[in-house]
Amino acid sequence: MNRSEPFQLPKIVPTPSRFRNPIGKFRLHRTDDCIACGKCVEVCPYGVHVIKRGRVVIARHDRCVGPECPEPCYAVCPVNALSIRRNPDFDVMGDARWTPDLLVSTWHMAEFGRVPEKGYEYRTGGSGGGFDKLRLVFPKETGTSPKQTDEPDIGVVLNRRNDTAHRIRIEVPFYGGGMSYGSVSIHTMLSRIKAAAALGTFCCTGEGGYPDELKPYDHNVITQVATGLFGVREETIQRVRIVEFKYAQGAKPGLGGHLLGDKVTPGVARMREAVAGYPLFSPFPFHSVYSVEDHKKHVDWIKAVNPKALVSVKVSTPTDVDMVAVGSYYAGAHIIHLDGSYGGTGAAPDIAKKNIAMPLEYAVPKVHRFLQEEGVRDRITVIASGGIRTPHDMAKVIALGADGICTGTADLVALECIRCHNCESGRGCARGIATTDPELLNLLEVEWGSQRIINMFLAWRSELIRILKKLGMHSLTELVGRTDCLVHLDYLKGR
Amino acid sequence: MPAKYAIHTSTMPHRFQPITRSGIIAWEEGCLKCAVCVKKQCVYGVYDRRGMDPVQMIDSIDNQCMNCLRCVQSCPKELIHKSLNPEYEAMGDAWWRPDIIASLWSQAQTGKIPVSGAGYPGPFSGPGFDAMWTDMSEIVRPTRDGIHGREYISTAVDMGKTPDHLSFDERGNLTGDLPRVADIPLPIILRMPAFGAIGPETMKGWATAAKRLGTLFSLPWETADHELAEFGPWLLPSIAGKGDSVQIPSGARVVEVAYGDGWEAAADRIQNREGAPLVSIRIPMTHDAAETVLSLVKAGVSVIHLEGTMDGRFRDDDEAWVKDGIRAVHLRLVEENLRDGMTLLAGGGISMAEHVPKSIICGADAVVIDFPILIALECRMCRRCTKGLSCPVAVEGAAADWIASRVVNLVGAWQNQLLEVMGAMGIRDVRRLRGEAGRAMFFQELEKETFSAMDQVEEGCDIE
Repeated sequence: MNRSEPFQLPKIVPTPSRFRNPIGKFRLHRTDDCIACGKCVEVCPYGVHVIKRGRVVIARHDRCVGPECPEPCYAVCPVNALSIRRNPDFDVMGDARWTPDLLVSTWHMAEFGRVPEKGYEYRTGGSGGGFDKLRLVFPKETGTSPKQTDEPDIGVVLNRRNDTAHRIRIEVPFYGGGMSYGSVSIHTMLSRIKAAAALGTFCCTGEGGYPDELKPYDHNVITQVATGLFGVREETIQRVRIVEFKYAQGAKPGLGGHLLGDKVTPGVARMREAVAGYPLFSPFPFHSVYSVEDHKKHVDWIKAVNPKALVSVKVSTPTDVDMVAVGSYYAGAHIIHLDGSYGGTGAAPDIAKKNIAMPLEYAVPKVHRFLQEEGVRDRITVIASGGIRTPHDMAKVIALGADGICTGTADLVALECIRCHNCESGRGCARGIATTDPELLNLLEVEWGSQRIINMFLAWRSELIRILKKLGMHSLTELVGRTDCLVHLDYLKGR
Repeated sequence: MPAKYAIHTSTMPHRFQPITRSGIIAWEEGCLKCAVCVKKQCVYGVYDRRGMDPVQMIDSIDNQCMNCLRCVQSCPKELIHKSLNPEYEAMGDAWWRPDIIASLWSQAQTGKIPVSGAGYPGPFSGPGFDAMWTDMSEIVRPTRDGIHGREYISTAVDMGKTPDHLSFDERGNLTGDLPRVADIPLPIILRMPAFGAIGPETMKGWATAAKRLGTLFSLPWETADHELAEFGPWLLPSIAGKGDSVQIPSGARVVEVAYGDGWEAAADRIQNREGAPLVSIRIPMTHDAAETVLSLVKAGVSVIHLEGTMDGRFRDDDEAWVKDGIRAVHLRLVEENLRDGMTLLAGGGISMAEHVPKSIICGADAVVIDFPILIALECRMCRRCTKGLSCPVAVEGAAADWIASRVVNLVGAWQNQLLEVMGAMGIRDVRRLRGEAGRAMFFQELEKETFSAMDQVEEGCDIE
């Protein structure tokens, strides 16, 4: 930030669910035997029960932590009027990567700005590999070493070339990944960008153009130049401080983008300079780039249009991702952004999401090592994305060799995405997140959305700081590439 | 280039209501009769469009529900819930999983590539084919056909022995015989599954599908209805015995003989028939397979069909995967400099579109699919038919034309997915994909390279 005043973190403002019935893991049942003695209200630390006009009612099923509760209401009820069971709705949501536990934990963070106290696994998902099999290893507490009290620095310097482009430092080690106008609603876009601005970081427009509504946040916008060149104009490139080239996307590496006709509303069509109602293809690859020299020409083009802009190169993770990263550095990129194969998308063939290119957990250490061997690791910023769901994933990928991360799906989960995987069909997201339908997009207000995302990231931030302190580190940069701080459960010996 | 091969698909509805992953539970008791009920506000109009299927007495509601949970989260009395469907979870087995079966149903219905929003929902990796990823190329690559390219990706393969060189006389005419090859426009051969409620119409439907696709349908010929002989060029008759008294359908280009005593005599007899069909020898995928294949190729066999179990494993080892077996056989043939003189077909447990490019990367020329063509007909893999019980979706009663369209849809969707994968890695001819292990990434290798050193936790250290 080039501003003179010191950066001020935004405040946590409790921001509950948009829906009348938030979903949690458990459901409590109260029989007519209840004598309204208020014992349950008294013992519950989570505000599940409330007294209303002389009667006790359950206000927040979703806050119940179940058997992990220190003093369960159903055990102390003098008339045994309370019983608990697992909520069937809970198990219908989510999937192996975003388990229902992770969804509800993220909602908790988005509501309260802190990780859940009990009852939910908020650190790892259920994919059975990668991040979900890696664990952070903390040094022994000896009792003699002084407890670290100062707050570790978690900011990230984005320009390491020390050239004439902007000197940009983000206050938190993450920024918002590209989600286009069209794939998500303008309310979702604004929620993300407002949150990014408040957190002293950035958010990317994706490739669907640069809506005028974002103008007040130019200082925190990354605009994307992708193969479709939708809405890319000189003026949009000159407006921002970072320009991102998208060569490929982790969810559909080697495939173009495809916005179905239903989602091309008149507004989207105007923004993309296309015809409403017709599907839009973003081809693959850039047909102007067939070599690393052509890629340099691309970077030079941006630098000619906006000499102060940082250039980020977003690529997928093929076997030769390390070569691609080094090539990008020599072509003049400031940031190499690796998007792993389990990343998000508005629509992609299932076969591509599952099978093409390698998971992020393999790509990051490979690139980190190769850049080190080439002697240029400290001259380029490595940003990782594609399947980072939790603050623990963030710490792990940095320990594997990234400088910072990009998020996308996590932001949408903060806005109450339940991973139904229907973003692409018909009118788009029925919950008003990934849609351009005028009626549906009004289900989500920008103020609410930005505060939810701010809260979630403040929880991520606190958790990362807790992790760094526990590791005895004073700066996030100390964690980069420290694979000795990680253990893989399949290889763990003698424990 | 020759004319572009395209599979024409069109929606072919299910005959029965498919089993869904979850169901709606809506209670009436305690309903407030709100003026604007949440059911009226369903974005997908599910509650308005619901209807009772008269044959099965099943409410169609669960098949229309898109799981947005808005009604669940908005009903003031919390009377609507969703719950996982135990019938769905019980479908199939560990290899033919419910999600795989449901995806095959939908592809057979629509003929379209499964596309969805949000990132990959499944496990990090898995056994067999799930332990590999395919490569992509960031910049230098030909275009994916169909959208904007003039060039296209070829999926045609030749079966048989292609010569390593051609000879010409002084006038430039070819000398010697042309090689005997059978070409198919895509690397997928249909095969009658080992069980199923299969009737005469089913067989006719599958043969019709093979004809429409231009590929082959493999079936045990000794017990088959010989009226199918009209599909001659699209059949791959499989002979179990010595083949002395069997009438080979006229026009058949390839005939399969099971490996066993007397295979040589049977092969000889078939090759000397009119039309001289190619002989394919089917051998079980075992740890000895590579040596058996070598001896067969050295004896002049030009097509070999390696067959694993229906759950993608070796026939003599539950812990060994067809994927690795194909690789081993392919590499052994390459080592002996024999690979280009023969065609390797692989089958057993091929259940998803991605298994086609993955088998080919491991070294097969083409794959043989069996149960997918049954699941395309709504089979639920309940195996009631193997116990002599009636089929819940009455496969044997389906009309041949419906069957053919469903199978064409499924294979059309698979071919399109093959093109996507090849397009992403920049390969324009499926024959070039064979054995290109450099175009794949293997779980065991990556896992070891990345994580094997992360194996230490000192006594007393905390992990999280």
